Amino acid sequence: MSYFEFISQYGERILSGTLITIILTIIAAALAVSIALIAGLMRLSPNRFVRSVAAVYVEIFRGTSLLVQLYWIFFVLPLFGFTLEKFTAGFIAVGLNLGAYGSELVRGAILSVARGQWEAALALNMSGVQRMRRIILPQALLIMLPPWGNLMIELLKSTALVALIAVADLTFQAKQINSSTFLSAQSFGTALIIYYVVARFLITPSMRWLERFMARKMGEA
Amino acid sequence: MTDETHASFPLRLEGANVPMVSFRKVTKRYGSLVVLDSLDLDVAEGEMVTIIGPSGSGKTTVLRTLMTLDSINDGVIYVDGEPLTHMSDGTKLVPANQRHLRKMRSKIGMCFQHFHLFPHMTALENCMEGPVNVLGLSKKEARERSEELLRMVGMADKRDQHPSRLSGGQQQRVAIARALAMRPKVMLFDEVTSALDPEVIGEVTGVIKKLVSEHNLTMLMVTHQMGFARQISDRVSFFYKGRIEEQGTPDELFGDPKKERTQQFLSAVREAV
Ligand SMILES: Nc1ncnc2c1ncn2[C@@H]1O[C@H](COP(=O)(O)OP(=O)(O)OP(=O)(O)O)[C@@H](O)[C@H]1O
Ligand SMILES: [Mg+2]
Repeated sequence: MSYFEFISQYGERILSGTLITIILTIIAAALAVSIALIAGLMRLSPNRFVRSVAAVYVEIFRGTSLLVQLYWIFFVLPLFGFTLEKFTAGFIAVGLNLGAYGSELVRGAILSVARGQWEAALALNMSGVQRMRRIILPQALLIMLPPWGNLMIELLKSTALVALIAVADLTFQAKQINSSTFLSAQSFGTALIIYYVVARFLITPSMRWLERFMARKMGEA
Repeated sequence: MTDETHASFPLRLEGANVPMVSFRKVTKRYGSLVVLDSLDLDVAEGEMVTIIGPSGSGKTTVLRTLMTLDSINDGVIYVDGEPLTHMSDGTKLVPANQRHLRKMRSKIGMCFQHFHLFPHMTALENCMEGPVNVLGLSKKEARERSEELLRMVGMADKRDQHPSRLSGGQQQRVAIARALAMRPKVMLFDEVTSALDPEVIGEVTGVIKKLVSEHNLTMLMVTHQMGFARQISDRVSFFYKGRIEEQGTPDELFGDPKKERTQQFLSAVREAV
């Protein structure tokens, strides 16, 4: 079977798998960003209890395997009465896991905003929330965008694991096609290229665009 | 600090000639290092007081504790007759809570050596930030007020530039306008010309001179520029190890210093120039 024949026969399934992967990536990314922001801010809270809750979350999700976390959410939580649909379990696991890494980026970026910015905002008598929201976070955002770009590519690649709980993503489709056709090079080769293309030509340029957009808003471009 | 020491401080300063700023036996320590040593310092309304002294003598700390950027360990600071670092619980002074600090802070503005303009905002937005978000002015009112101040500091034509596009002297002038936009009663200047190239220092000192002659602001300034201090101050305070070693009118302090440490400091500074 030529590669052309392979594509015309299985292209539709590969495409639907790709779409699932992209949707999963977008939803998991939204979750990861929100959780990272919340946990990152919590880790800087003056309240010790709030700080430790966030620290425990980060420790657990960074310190253990994403695959095992996924299995926990999908297979173990139902034993406690929380049954999640597999797609939901998939994006929650990936989102929580990458969110833990992201919270470190948020925390680090906030801490690296110059101390004088806090002080100038205090001298204007801004409240703690105003200082964070209007002065510190916008600057922290610019600092953390480049590492977030890497994290987003990491996140895309991590979504492949959801195939193991039978979410019909790109990896799942490639596996299925491979097991019925034994055309391993074609199946997995195609998947490999699609992951690369999505990362290189969708995620990277969007993040670059966002970086330039933010830099312009900061008057640096 | 014990309640007993508090009991000796008045709940508020009353009577004629209440100073705008009053440090009463203020002590500030970092570990075992005493930075302000039971400091007493009064600044009258509309007065311009310049603090000079060797590095580490506590000059910046005076301004920072007044801006509430640093807390104090002992004593009380009063602003406009009311305690700043403390508040009254009816019978005695207790450490100020956040609400009291926010109320009192509105009377004070500060300019820093390194400007600390907000880089993600234009010059105009920097000036409008406080009036809109803290004072609750409408955008229109805040804009008018800010534009007028930017004109006053000679930065009207650069109002839409971000700080990264401005020179040091220009940034400092915007920072002064930003602080003034909050209409403080007391302005603090901490070595506002020290980070500037020599040729632009005049832009900034010019603005401060204008403030002194045209406004009735109370000002506390730390500077290493003795000539400038002599020109515009009502009073010069020479700090040494967290205390006022000697103070007087500029002519007294620069022309006829009484204390040996003052003489040594002034001659060392003159040699450096
Ligand atoms: N956060 C801090 N922790 C520990 N020590 C500090 C801190 N801030 C200031 N100090 C110390 O307090 C002393 C007084 O500092 P301050 O900044 O008031 O001096 P200064 O008179 O402004 O000196 P300079 O002319 O160098 O600006 C210095 O010895 C300084 O090292
Ligand atoms: Mg200093």
